[in-house]
Amino acid sequence: MPAIEILGLEKSYKVGFWIKRPRRALHPLHLTVEDGEVFGFLGPNGAGKTTTLKLLMGLVFPSSGSARILGRQWTDPEVKAQIGFLPEQPYFYDHLTAHELLNYYAQLSGVSAKDRSRRVESTLQRVGLKDVRGVQLRKFSKGMLQRVGIAQAILHDPKLVFFDEPMSGLDPVGRREVRDLMEQLKHEGKTVFFSTHILSDAEALCDRVAIINKGELRGIGAIDDLTSSVQGKVEVIWHGAQVPVSMKALGAECHITGETVRAIIGEAQQDAAIDALRREHLRLIAITPVRTSLEAYFVEKLQHAESKARTAV
Amino acid sequence: MNSRIFHIASNTFREAVRDRVLYNLIAFALLLSGAAVFVGQISLEIEKLVVINLGLTAVSLFGVVIAIFIGIGLVSKEIEKRTLYTVLSRPVRRWEFIVGKFFGLAGTLVVNTFFMAIGVFAALFYVSHRFIRADALIFVALYFAVLEFIILCALALLFSSFSSPLLSAVFAFSLFVIGSFAEDLRSFAGMAHGFTRWLATGAAYLVPNFSAFNIVSSIAHEQPVAPQLILHNTLYAFFYAAMALSGAVLIFENRNLK
Ligand SMILES: Nc1ncnc2c1ncn2[C@@H]1O[C@H](COP(=O)(O)OP(=O)(O)OP(=O)(O)O)[C@@H](O)[C@H]1O
Ligand SMILES: [Mg+2]
Repeated sequence: MPAIEILGLEKSYKVGFWIKRPRRALHPLHLTVEDGEVFGFLGPNGAGKTTTLKLLMGLVFPSSGSARILGRQWTDPEVKAQIGFLPEQPYFYDHLTAHELLNYYAQLSGVSAKDRSRRVESTLQRVGLKDVRGVQLRKFSKGMLQRVGIAQAILHDPKLVFFDEPMSGLDPVGRREVRDLMEQLKHEGKTVFFSTHILSDAEALCDRVAIINKGELRGIGAIDDLTSSVQGKVEVIWHGAQVPVSMKALGAECHITGETVRAIIGEAQQDAAIDALRREHLRLIAITPVRTSLEAYFVEKLQHAESKARTAV
Repeated sequence: MNSRIFHIASNTFREAVRDRVLYNLIAFALLLSGAAVFVGQISLEIEKLVVINLGLTAVSLFGVVIAIFIGIGLVSKEIEKRTLYTVLSRPVRRWEFIVGKFFGLAGTLVVNTFFMAIGVFAALFYVSHRFIRADALIFVALYFAVLEFIILCALALLFSSFSSPLLSAVFAFSLFVIGSFAEDLRSFAGMAHGFTRWLATGAAYLVPNFSAFNIVSSIAHEQPVAPQLILHNTLYAFFYAAMALSGAVLIFENRNLK
């Protein structure tokens, strides 16, 4: 059973001050996230990531389409007991302390009175807020609020968590910690669906990603498939200050930086290149396959879509 | 009561307390003790009346202001600040949220009125040094004031579920004022003709009939209050509040959050 099945969810907002016109924030979206997956939902600002999450949480209603979460209709309140949600730039009741807030949310999530205080304490510990558990949230910094947001999303031990830009507002240590936490969640067998526009986070964490822009799905696949060495090129780096003629003959594009030279060549020329370096008594430093980074894929996908749009006009 | 509603209500109450809503009691106490001391120096017969009149009016006014000004923010503030996102993504139904918020504010007002009631009786004792049987009427007046607050809370919630806080406050306050003259409006409707009559009758029965909740003149003349009136007002308040709340729920159930 897939954890999330999005069946053509679509959202139009009415915009305009006097004359309201519908504007598509999300084109009909079809997407399936398997159980136990860490799934990245990527896209630039205004792509429709938050809109999708709000639709799934029942905070806004779709213009059409539906979804199933954990095998149930997405609007079913029973589903909500098994999912956690971190909104974008979360904000909480600021008259409460971190401890009180989590306790309140545990009550609302139906955590039994017996388990409640243990869960609240361990969650505070887990997100590094133990020391400030008694401080009112109005005195929290942005990054601390983000941690509270993560805490409330995992508090009731949900099977599936939705994070809207989990790393935003965090310092480098915090980002590291959240990454680790998401990895732990994966190990615990949870499904994680998170939106981001930080590609390195997605690259480090996700089993699969979907790319969305202007409300439309542009690509979806396993990270490895999207970024693997599809081009069949390798990067050769050696110690030296000039490029031997035999290397140039291989059609390498070379960059000299200080004492090292980097050259990109086809995979087939790899052996010839090593021979050439050896003949010239140049010291080889590294040979690595060139991966299309997710970033490159991302940019390519978006540009592709733009140029298509332009030719269509 | 379902436990989620209870938790939402108690959180609402806690928020009101921490936002220092109950501080109004200090102003109330100052006002009342000032008045008691001041009129105490005039005549013995009217001073009691003045204290009762002033006390009950102040109870009503303070409560109305709290009911309206907190009521209009109960839901709209949570939408605006997006504190609702992490509540509604839990197994909380939207209607439970509205009902919980309502009970939280109603509870706050009951507690507030309770303390004010103590103040009124203390002031009364200060000026007349004893209680008589007719003073029991003050309990009825206070009870009616609470009923009035309950209706206003529900109305404030209803308005705030579709309009801005400022407009909601204006609507709710207007209804309070018009409602206080509901009987006059009804008798006016009886005298009018044609379309005006139709319109005035509709309006007169639609606005909350707060004139029925005002028994200050009965108290002044030490006239008993008919038990039927107590029953009638109770049912009326619960029915009216239930209707307003249902309206608020209906609107909120279908609302896209910001
Ligand atoms: N309440 C709203 N009313 C009108 N338009 C909206 C509303 N909310 C979102 N939109 C529009 O929907 C589109 C998608 O917005 P969304 O917030 O989903 O983007 P996002 O991918 O989350 O972006 P970001 O990375 O900046 O958070 C945007 O064009 C935005 O203007
Ligand atoms: Mg967003």
